Amino acid sequence: MPPESSLAPAQDVIHNIGYRNYTGARLGRRYIRRSLYVQSLRGAYGLGRSAKSKVLPMILFAAMCLPAAIIVAVTVATKANKLLVAYTAYAPYLQAVIGLFLAAQAPQSVSRDLRFKTVPLYFSRPMERFDYVVAKFAALASALFILTAAPLLILYLGALLAKLGFAGQTKGLAEGLVSVALLSLLFAGIGLVIAALTPRRGFGVAAIIAVLTISYGAVSTIQAIALARDTTDVIGWLGLFSPLTLIDGVQTAFLQATSDFPGGHGPGTGAGVVYLLVVLGLIAGSYALLMRRYRKAGL
Amino acid sequence: MFHPTVARLTYRGLLGRRRIVVLLALPVLLLLVSAVVRALTGADDATATNVLGGFALATMVPLIGVIAGTGAIGPEIDDGSVVYLLAKPVKRPTIIVTKLLVAIGVTMAFSAIPTLIAGLLLNGNSERIAVAYAAAAAVASIAYSALFLLLATLTRHAVVAGLVYALVWEAFFGNLVPGARTLSIQQWALALAEKIGAPGAITSDVALPTALVLLAAVTTAATWYAGQKLRRLTLAGEE
Repeated sequence: MPPESSLAPAQDVIHNIGYRNYTGARLGRRYIRRSLYVQSLRGAYGLGRSAKSKVLPMILFAAMCLPAAIIVAVTVATKANKLLVAYTAYAPYLQAVIGLFLAAQAPQSVSRDLRFKTVPLYFSRPMERFDYVVAKFAALASALFILTAAPLLILYLGALLAKLGFAGQTKGLAEGLVSVALLSLLFAGIGLVIAALTPRRGFGVAAIIAVLTISYGAVSTIQAIALARDTTDVIGWLGLFSPLTLIDGVQTAFLQATSDFPGGHGPGTGAGVVYLLVVLGLIAGSYALLMRRYRKAGL
Repeated sequence: MFHPTVARLTYRGLLGRRRIVVLLALPVLLLLVSAVVRALTGADDATATNVLGGFALATMVPLIGVIAGTGAIGPEIDDGSVVYLLAKPVKRPTIIVTKLLVAIGVTMAFSAIPTLIAGLLLNGNSERIAVAYAAAAAVASIAYSALFLLLATLTRHAVVAGLVYALVWEAFFGNLVPGARTLSIQQWALALAEKIGAPGAITSDVALPTALVLLAAVTTAATWYAGQKLRRLTLAGEE
């Protein structure tokens, strides 16, 4: 050893300045998935975002619940022996509100990630495509479920206050909840697939509304004409071509709902199975499309 | 008042890449529905009025108006690239008028022409229904484009606001409250259709002179105010 090294410190020493490895718990994919879910769900109602972005979802939520409160008030005041609007009929009745909520919130959930190129940052974490898609899908479906189930709960509580039969109301509520759960999953899937195609929020909003209203408008126009022409057996099958009439068909066939189809010509149980299969197929299909969409994380 | 370069950029921004697919999808669906209806029912005037009035004029024209009207300037304001346009020595009202003309052209091309073809498909222009609705769609295109272009300069949620107007105000309130119909572009356009069509074929809640005055007033006022708005535009960051 040269003597001078003991006098002065060597020039080429790597100092240990105390970097340490992380030894804490690694929370892993499940934790990331849950965080992304919670953050997306809160984001759909504008929670944790600016005051401006709370306005629209909250107004839509209020617009969704207000009619339920009015119905309850009328039911209690007039001492009616059943609710004015059936549980299963409530969501189709306010479809415009649900459509606007979906159109406004699906693009904010995924389009901004694409536009500001944050998707690659997500995937630099130990999360997989599956986690991102499932978290976003579940968050939007839950947001829609909250939007559609809250008024049903108001109706149910009101019905109990008005001393309508407990068993009958509980059964009605359960049927209504199943129907809106299916509706939430279906709408969330369609909305996310469209929104994930474009980084521009405005186009996503317009495209979602276009798909929902145009398909519904086209189907009900042709159905009305089919009714006028007395070709009533076509009416049931035409409902397969728009999201809302699909849900209507399923709940008419299985959930004792009264069909909104022209003349009440909803599908029977046999056709109802086809409806249910198409709904489940669309939900699975939109999940598959989303997985495909995020195969290339960059764009 | 017309700047060719601005027009070219707007036109490419509206129809470039996959956006034309969204705009094309609606007219194609209208023609498809018309063909199906014709096959199911044959030529029938009442059916034609239902399809053209309920589907084309009430849903398709406002939707295309929203996409073209807000799409003409909204994305540029949204991503901030509008400052490069505003920095050029072009008058702000000129920019607005140019963008409006392009938006009107696109809306007309994608709504009035398909309406005319759909009307011919449905009943071969009997009682002049096809021409009447096509004219109504063309007139409505002008007012919708101006209104939604103004919205795009006012708020970054212009698309949602425009859809709320088109779907909630015109469709929902228009059905519930008859008074709301006098304040709806759709009814003003229908007034023109009523005049063109055979007597009794089409009805509107508004008299023709009132409708034309209101249409002109809304279009000019919206364009003027959008120009004013663009003169002192503040760019907000993403929330």
